Amino acid sequence: MSAVQTFVDLLAGRREAAALAPREWDGVIGVARSEAMLPTLAHRLDGADLPPTVAALFADQRAAAAVAQRQALWEAEMARRALAPLGIEFVLLKGAAYAAANMACAAGRQIGDLDILVLASDIRRAENALLNAGWEWVKSDPYDDFYYREHMHELPPLIHKSRDRMIDVHHTILPRTHRITPDALALVSDAVTSAGGFAVLNPADMTCHCAAHMLADGDLQGGLRNLWDFNLMTRDFAAADPRFWEQLDVRARLHGLRDAVQRAARMSRDLYGAVLPAGWNGPETTDRWFRQRLVARDDWGRVTRPLLEQAFYIRSHWLRMPPTMLAQHLWTKWRKR
Amino acid sequence: MRHNIRIAVGPVQFRIGSDWAEPISALEQLYAGYPQDDARPADATVRLFAARPWRRWVRPSVHIGGDFVVPDALPLPLSMGLLAAEMGMNLQVALGWRRHMLLHASAVARDDRALIMSGESGSGKSTLAALLGEGDWRLMGDEFTLIDPASGDALAFPRAVSLKNEAIAAVAAQVDAARLGPLMAGTPKGDIRHLIPRADAIADMHEPARPTLLLFPRFGGAAAIEPMGEGEAFVRLTEASTNYVALGEAGFAALTRLVRETPAFGVSYPDSATGIALVEQLWAEVAK
Repeated sequence: MSAVQTFVDLLAGRREAAALAPREWDGVIGVARSEAMLPTLAHRLDGADLPPTVAALFADQRAAAAVAQRQALWEAEMARRALAPLGIEFVLLKGAAYAAANMACAAGRQIGDLDILVLASDIRRAENALLNAGWEWVKSDPYDDFYYREHMHELPPLIHKSRDRMIDVHHTILPRTHRITPDALALVSDAVTSAGGFAVLNPADMTCHCAAHMLADGDLQGGLRNLWDFNLMTRDFAAADPRFWEQLDVRARLHGLRDAVQRAARMSRDLYGAVLPAGWNGPETTDRWFRQRLVARDDWGRVTRPLLEQAFYIRSHWLRMPPTMLAQHLWTKWRKR
Repeated sequence: MRHNIRIAVGPVQFRIGSDWAEPISALEQLYAGYPQDDARPADATVRLFAARPWRRWVRPSVHIGGDFVVPDALPLPLSMGLLAAEMGMNLQVALGWRRHMLLHASAVARDDRALIMSGESGSGKSTLAALLGEGDWRLMGDEFTLIDPASGDALAFPRAVSLKNEAIAAVAAQVDAARLGPLMAGTPKGDIRHLIPRADAIADMHEPARPTLLLFPRFGGAAAIEPMGEGEAFVRLTEASTNYVALGEAGFAALTRLVRETPAFGVSYPDSATGIALVEQLWAEVAK
């Protein structure tokens, strides 16, 4: 059995950690690291019967993830202190939001940049406030800067000059030029307050964003992690609210993300064993390609299906912008090489 | 991968895969005397690979990959495959290891007390450690020294010592030729030749040692010793640590304790013999 399959089976609980041969751990740990999910696996297998050196490595990973999470929430607090005095409200997105809301998928989850969502009407003031508070522009390339401001769903990334941490300030969750236009106003106005005090998307919207980020925006890099987030959040949201799946469907329709959300649900069923309600279980032949893309890694953590990877890369650009614009963009990028 | 090897250095178990046989057989020679536990899963993976299949044979160039990758890192020619392996191992430790605070520093021990030497490349920290390790010191490592946040102890990472340029001749004059790896001339880091640590240094590699003296050597200039305050030592070591920030409060506590409990000195020396004499002089003062 391939290491990535073993890794997925361990997360899904289909396989016992104690049943692995010592040599199998090499590939599992390598794949988990390649997917930036080793701390996640360490949490999932906390208390399992592990070889002593694996148990020690996993303990390191859990401790390091706890520190990283605290640092990420501190970064959110720094953003709050920069924006709150000007009355700019923001919603935490992705990893920092999961941590602030103390969700199951936050356990061990890597948090990269701080992602926040503000109202489009506040975006200039938010940028100024952050620049005044010590953040700086990262991109020096005028085309990239122009591209972000004209076409993207976020400001060009900013980095804090003393803490060296990046912030992505979004005004919506998909690029402006994307074929799908979620209702950004609804996302912000229906946000909820997390246990940690920060605003986060409501459960249905958070799930929509997770699916959009995984299936509608990118090229499925980090897809196993995003799908794991989706799997755990839908499980827990549904347990807390019996009407969750209905509400999810309503919001997914509102944002134009029904296909993405349904595909994510089917994939979390197929890979992680999620149990879906009636009406969500339809078969879909094209899921096969998405599943294969997610598990295209060998026992050394290398991507095994370069053509499939390339196809998904092209797909992400195809969804992101109309064909003539795509041609212009690629031409400009090619000339700058 | 087609060719591979497992190597344990200090607390870290590596597996190293390669598209070519040469780097692996070179590693097999350097690490033949290290403990082998085939049942132990790898903590870290290093990959030496050709970016395109035909580049295995046509102008073969070795890309360094693994769990952690530096984007845009330049590949090395196959003749420097051993250097690529060394860089790959360093990279995985520097970016991935979290159990201990990592200092980019060499260390030697005597009576389970450690002398830690930190400095930029060219400061002579590796050469001094290698030469001391040939005397009555135990070589703990020429590249990384690990500090255990719980106990404050130093732990060894005695990989094969990477001797550079003039240091090669200085050390080669003192050791059995069988303990030296192949000469790699004209690498991006200069001429490089590896030294296999003494068998006792490898056998004792899991023995912790109490940090007792912190030195910041500087090769070149007249012999001089300058006591260093806790603040300066602290700041220098934060810069020398690859995971200080990632460890958060535990890293701060470990480093604060290290500089408070360990006397620190800046040392300038014109040649290795003088450097060693200054080290012994300081050691005699602080290790009483």
